[in-house]
Amino acid sequence: MAYQFDFAPVLAQGDLLLKGALFTLQLTLVGTLVGVAIGIVGAGVRAWRLRPFDALFGLYVELIRNTPFIVQLFFIFFGLPSLGVLLTEWQAAVLAMVINLGAYSTEIIRAGIQAIPKGQLEAAAALAMSRFEAFRHVVLQPALAKVWPALSSQIVIVMLGSAVCSQIATEELSFAANFIQSRNFRAFETYLLTTALYLVMAIVVRQLLLWLGQRLLMGRR
Amino acid sequence: MKTLRSLFLSTLLCGGALAVSHAQADALADITARGVLKVAVPQDFPPFGSVGPDLKPRGLDIDTAQLLADKLGVKLALTPVNSTNRIPFLTTGKVDLVISSLGKNAERQAVIDFSRPYAPFYLAVFGPEQTAIADIDAIAGKTISVTRGSIEDMELSAVAPKGATIKRFEDNNSTIAAYLSGQVDLIASGSVVMAVIAEKNPSKVPVMKVKLKDSPVYVGLAKQEPALLEKVNATLDAAKADGSLNRNAEKWLKQPLPADL
Repeated sequence: MAYQFDFAPVLAQGDLLLKGALFTLQLTLVGTLVGVAIGIVGAGVRAWRLRPFDALFGLYVELIRNTPFIVQLFFIFFGLPSLGVLLTEWQAAVLAMVINLGAYSTEIIRAGIQAIPKGQLEAAAALAMSRFEAFRHVVLQPALAKVWPALSSQIVIVMLGSAVCSQIATEELSFAANFIQSRNFRAFETYLLTTALYLVMAIVVRQLLLWLGQRLLMGRR
Repeated sequence: MKTLRSLFLSTLLCGGALAVSHAQADALADITARGVLKVAVPQDFPPFGSVGPDLKPRGLDIDTAQLLADKLGVKLALTPVNSTNRIPFLTTGKVDLVISSLGKNAERQAVIDFSRPYAPFYLAVFGPEQTAIADIDAIAGKTISVTRGSIEDMELSAVAPKGATIKRFEDNNSTIAAYLSGQVDLIASGSVVMAVIAEKNPSKVPVMKVKLKDSPVYVGLAKQEPALLEKVNATLDAAKADGSLNRNAEKWLKQPLPADL
């Protein structure tokens, strides 16, 4: 039972792995920016019960959080063309990630907003802050600061979950790994390296988010 | 001494082998006397052989077996086999013929004999009828779906021109879905897969554009059975001439028998 490790055929395709990893990061970046933006809007709408949008967002959140990511992805990629919406595989991947993160971050940020004491808003009004200023400084920033760790985790989950996008031939890291493995049959070595890459990426992204959170939300310079 | 012993041993082994083949020296006469043709057929490989709604085997291979039995004027007895045990069933004399989407190669030819081909089987690039693709270079600028790691993936990757975009999917179903939903222009797959699409989605039947690898299927027979081999070949020739083979191909593979088969 002595397995002969041979990393050479995998490392020969190393540029493919790195290209895949880079694409995973790009997908995550776009997915995070747009997804969290949707989350902020959705959280505001939900927290203040702005009709009729709060019901719409409620439906959206329930729909996305209670169905598997891969099904959402297949629906977008294989299903929507029947309705005349033809998206390429990376567009479908980005859209699925945005929609998915949007729903989860709506709920996470809403929890943060609802944890802000009412008196704080009243204090803002007493200081003659405009509604937008009050929302930005008195509601959103402290709310995001409270839920930042949960939001960071969700972003990392979405990044790791993007591995599923290989199923629709999106050429991200898992696709690269599967491709290399299908050519040299060095499954153990390929997935060992891929796992390590994902681990490093997850740690780096988490640290980056932690740093960003401290700079932008906690006011540490 | 050593040479002598090995000579003795090999004589013994040869004798054994001869004895086995002598026992079925004229399989054709045996079949006629018995009144039954025993054929190994697949049951897990549509459209060649699968289990129908009535739990009876059906498919191109079963129809071909029936055709041969009818022409021999005997009854047909089917034995379901899979791709690993189909040749052992033949070499141990449990069946007279293997009609089980069997392709020809040198390793198999060392153990069994092959008839003439009775149906086409090939890997190719398929696409919509109206798309004109003259040769492999014409797929430049097109996107082609293929199942990652399959033989067709290897063949296509080796010959595809630079401008062609190959989208590799996890399994056959995704590869087909990508084609049917219009995510790709062309699909590289086996001719059998096209038959399955034709059955389920007759409006979007892909047409063969560029052949990647040809591997028609043959009837497998035990070695040293010239009479049976000749009879099977003659029957297949007649069936080809009178259009029965073509009817089978159109029924199960949804395409006519190629002229060069």
